[in-house]
Amino acid sequence: MELKRVVKFEAERDPEFARWITQTVGGERIRHCLQCGLCSGSCPLSLYMDYTPRRLMHLSREGFKEEVLSSYTIWLCTCCYACMVECPKKINITHMMYALKTRAMKDGFYPKRFAIPVLAREFSRMIRGSGRITESRLVMRVFFKTAIWRMLGFGKLGMKLMRTGRMRLRREKVERRGDIVTLLNAVDGMRKELAR
Amino acid sequence: MPDPRTPDSPPAAKIGVYVCHCGTNIAGTVDVPALTEYAASLPDVVVSREYKYMCSDPGQELIRQDIQEHGLNRIVVASCSPLMHEPTFRAALTQAGINPFLLQMVNIREHVSWVHTSKQAATAKAKDLVRAAARRVRLHKPLEKRKVAINPNVLVVGGGIAGIHAALNLANSGKHVYLVERQPTIGGHMAFFDKTFPTLDCAACILTPKMTAVGSHRNITLWTYAEVAAVDGYVGNYKVKVRHKPRYVLDELCIGCQECVEACVYKEGRWADEFNQGLSKRKPIYLPFPQAVPQKVLIDPEACIEFKSHKCKKTCVEACGERNAIDFNQKEWVDEIEVGSIIVCTGFKTFDARRNAYYGYGRYKNVYTSLEIERLINASGPTGGEIVLRDGGKPKMVGIIHCVGSRDHNTNRWCSKVCCMYSLKLAHLIRERTGASVYNFYIDMRTPGKGYEEFYDRLLDEGVHFVRGRVAEVTDWPAHPSEEGKLIIRAEDTLAGFVRRIPVDMVVLSVGLEPQADARDVRRLFNISCSEEGWFLERHPKLAPVSTFTEGVFIAGACQGPKDIPDSVAQAGAAAAEAMALADAKFVELEPYTAHVIEEACSGCKTCLTICPYTAISFVEDKKTAHVNEVLCKGCGTCVATCPSGSIEQNLFEDQEIFEEVEGLLAYA
Amino acid sequence: MKYAYYPGCSLKGTGRAYEESLLAVFRALGIELEELKDWNCCGATTYMSYDELQSYALAARNLSMARQTGHDLMAPCAACYLVLNKTQYYVQDYPWIGQIVEYALETIHLPKDIGAKVRHPLDILLNDVGLEAIKAKVSHPLNGLKVAPYYGCQIVRPYALFDSQRNPTSMDRLLEACGAAIVYYPVKTQCCGGSQKGTLPEIGLDLIRHLLAEAQRNGAEVIATVCPLCQFNLEAFEEQASNAHQFHFPVLYFTQLLAVALGIPLQDAGFQRSFNSIEPILTKKEIAYA
Repeated sequence: MELKRVVKFEAERDPEFARWITQTVGGERIRHCLQCGLCSGSCPLSLYMDYTPRRLMHLSREGFKEEVLSSYTIWLCTCCYACMVECPKKINITHMMYALKTRAMKDGFYPKRFAIPVLAREFSRMIRGSGRITESRLVMRVFFKTAIWRMLGFGKLGMKLMRTGRMRLRREKVERRGDIVTLLNAVDGMRKELAR
Repeated sequence: MPDPRTPDSPPAAKIGVYVCHCGTNIAGTVDVPALTEYAASLPDVVVSREYKYMCSDPGQELIRQDIQEHGLNRIVVASCSPLMHEPTFRAALTQAGINPFLLQMVNIREHVSWVHTSKQAATAKAKDLVRAAARRVRLHKPLEKRKVAINPNVLVVGGGIAGIHAALNLANSGKHVYLVERQPTIGGHMAFFDKTFPTLDCAACILTPKMTAVGSHRNITLWTYAEVAAVDGYVGNYKVKVRHKPRYVLDELCIGCQECVEACVYKEGRWADEFNQGLSKRKPIYLPFPQAVPQKVLIDPEACIEFKSHKCKKTCVEACGERNAIDFNQKEWVDEIEVGSIIVCTGFKTFDARRNAYYGYGRYKNVYTSLEIERLINASGPTGGEIVLRDGGKPKMVGIIHCVGSRDHNTNRWCSKVCCMYSLKLAHLIRERTGASVYNFYIDMRTPGKGYEEFYDRLLDEGVHFVRGRVAEVTDWPAHPSEEGKLIIRAEDTLAGFVRRIPVDMVVLSVGLEPQADARDVRRLFNISCSEEGWFLERHPKLAPVSTFTEGVFIAGACQGPKDIPDSVAQAGAAAAEAMALADAKFVELEPYTAHVIEEACSGCKTCLTICPYTAISFVEDKKTAHVNEVLCKGCGTCVATCPSGSIEQNLFEDQEIFEEVEGLLAYA
Repeated sequence: MKYAYYPGCSLKGTGRAYEESLLAVFRALGIELEELKDWNCCGATTYMSYDELQSYALAARNLSMARQTGHDLMAPCAACYLVLNKTQYYVQDYPWIGQIVEYALETIHLPKDIGAKVRHPLDILLNDVGLEAIKAKVSHPLNGLKVAPYYGCQIVRPYALFDSQRNPTSMDRLLEACGAAIVYYPVKTQCCGGSQKGTLPEIGLDLIRHLLAEAQRNGAEVIATVCPLCQFNLEAFEEQASNAHQFHFPVLYFTQLLAVALGIPLQDAGFQRSFNSIEPILTKKEIAYA
């Protein structure tokens, strides 16, 4: 048996992370969490998670950044809002998951070629470039950057989609594409301003 | 010096100023010596002293001595809030031989030292306040408290365990009690229970003797199926109208033999039996439950054929025979009584479990509320004490879900205090009766009372499963063959750290306690307040839990907040004691800071009549002026401020007194 | 009645059948739809995880343009519907977000008023058109076709603007008015996994399998959806999800079923986009179709 000694010292906590989570949109009420477990009970994905949503909430507010950002939980969450509907303390759990996903992507806490961050990045690139998503192109780009061989398994489905005219390769785009870039840059600029 | 503005110049004032250190409470922030020195320099101030604790005996002795030695006739005490010690200092003045209302207190604790950090600013503010008080107090006039006789009768509203206990206490002391209960029988919620925690006493066994005592006590007038319709008057002198609903059965004649119920044309019950929480049916003529007090039947006019078609055979009348107790023509009637104090014990209602749709109450047959299970367990319940499912089968697995409608921002934020304990009790009883596996789903196990934690220990020994996790859903769709045909409870077992699905035959929802649906209307009847959630408001949560802000009206039991039987009984005893104290004092002294109308100035516009929240103002027809009933007046000042011609003045808050205070504040040192 | 119409990226791609049937149905009901000019992607859940503030700005651009048209904005795609509503709520509840979005709109010369009312087609059909009016136009009733109504997560959570959050019945009532028989479907609001099937295939498949299994257990013949991603997930991976049970449902958009009932030719309602033909079931149930 492989033994591991686990005791958490206060020095391992990241107070900045704990503070950050309470300042995210939706994280203002995280200290109210009773740890009742209703969120985990309602979550359709909690069955697969290493840390259930409830545990993650507590780990986040206590500042255990490593555990939280390397968990599967934040990637498994599909943001379906089931947890929030009945939360007795009205905590905006879904939004915190969004924030944790963003943070994990920003801080690089994910295995190489992990599909979800790749999808997010390609998605954003496509929007910046065209203003709209062309599904077929997006899917292909993601496959290229993660696991090309999976495309083979996708072949049959791909044929069906082509046959029924649902796989359009023509690039969907917005006319005033410059506007999209300006818009996004403006947000970045203003955000930096406010941070100061 | 006499003020030329006032018609009657006050006598030359000789003011004594006393500044309290209050330990370091005040002295820590306010420069007390400097303040005392400053006060000494104010006009008309003869004596200015400081002391560590003015409210103590030596402190008061200082004041008394100075009054005698220096002939002081006005006192200013700069210390804590008047709510704390105004009576104390007023008493000191009385003891020294001068009128107690020649005192002005300055709050330099709650208003200064407790809310400011800068010593300089705090001291400056204190100086302003003391200066203002010194100017004001010169105009204070001697006032007398008014004495009002107290009627020793007491009205107890609500016949649950709290009302019953309070009524018996008072009746045993010789006071006459009117106990008014809206239901056709007394007993309240306790009558529904089978056993009570933590001793597992049979509820009926401990309740019914008290109920019988109430029914037969010579000092208690028991009116059931009646409600308070109107309350007029003031402490010691309440006039109450009680409206009686017609039972269609004459109280004096019915002996509760129930032959009429037997004989009813309906052979079987057809209407939901309220006492059995709708789990059984009753006839239109019925006795609420076998141990009902009073033991009298009543007729439900919505169900009885005679009321709908007037064509019933009236076998009930026949069965009643010579007694002739049934009277279909009975109408509601009103009694008017005079009492000195009122104790409101109207109790609670349970959370409507339908509001939590995800628990499936009303949707799945075998989801019950705790009250329904109590009736099932009870030997005189719909199934004779058998815990069965809707189809009659015995449950092998039962899930009890805590905190339904409690600790939830979506429904009720508070913790209902009793549900953990009664959930444990139900777990024990269900296991005992059926041998089923019982699962309790809780968030925290709240067992704070005497013997409560030990009761929990007992349950732990009995093999009840405890899963810590708020239940996310009760569903009937199976995800595994073993779940077919069952109700599945899905919750995260937070202690284990994963989600569990537990298939059960029966789900029990431990519903929380809520204020009665009409609490906000009832409170208006008695002129008391409700808290934000709807519970009746006590005067002080710690030091005055059974009195209200209305003199002579007390509250007790679950209407004041969720609580168990021991606490309800304790509060009922406390309220009875307070009512007794009032009655035995024979007189009550009313504060003199009431308003009065200066008749020569009143134009008869009647504006003040409608805005008085205590309906203390009436219109005197022959003089065409308004008149303030000083006994009803609470000194809120609304009429004083509203009167367009300024012809209402309030003792202790006369216009000139207030102006002087304001001038004092604005005059910079 | 006229509405501004926001298709969203999926309705131009895998969700073409939704757009086709939607346009056909609204045309048949005499409602005018005008596609929002130069609309951009709303960002859906993916962009929200990438950069929340930029996501609000993207949605706000559409809302601002829609507001200018003066009409209510219909957003049939569940994710778009959610993101557009969420943007409006967050901009209001968090003034600093409002500040950023306002500034961003300014830089591209769009007015800051993003108060266009965002509506879902179910909302419009039930509340603006009315069930009675729709019933009157039904010429080819669905003859008790057993439909499992699958709402997915995004049109009722977190904002239940036109239907019950825990037990929505808008689609149920609409399809019943067309003559369908709605089967008991307790998982009608359980998440299908969204893009998880692509990124975490095993898990995504499990979720899809649950939904299909439950529909089958309750005797559904057809599954009706409101979201292009749900429809894609349930249809495309039916075969893969089949194990002991074989799943072979037609998975349609509710607008397609409505189109059949209104007598719109199958071609015009995007039926050629389905992987399996609907005709055998229609014939079996003796439902007349154009």
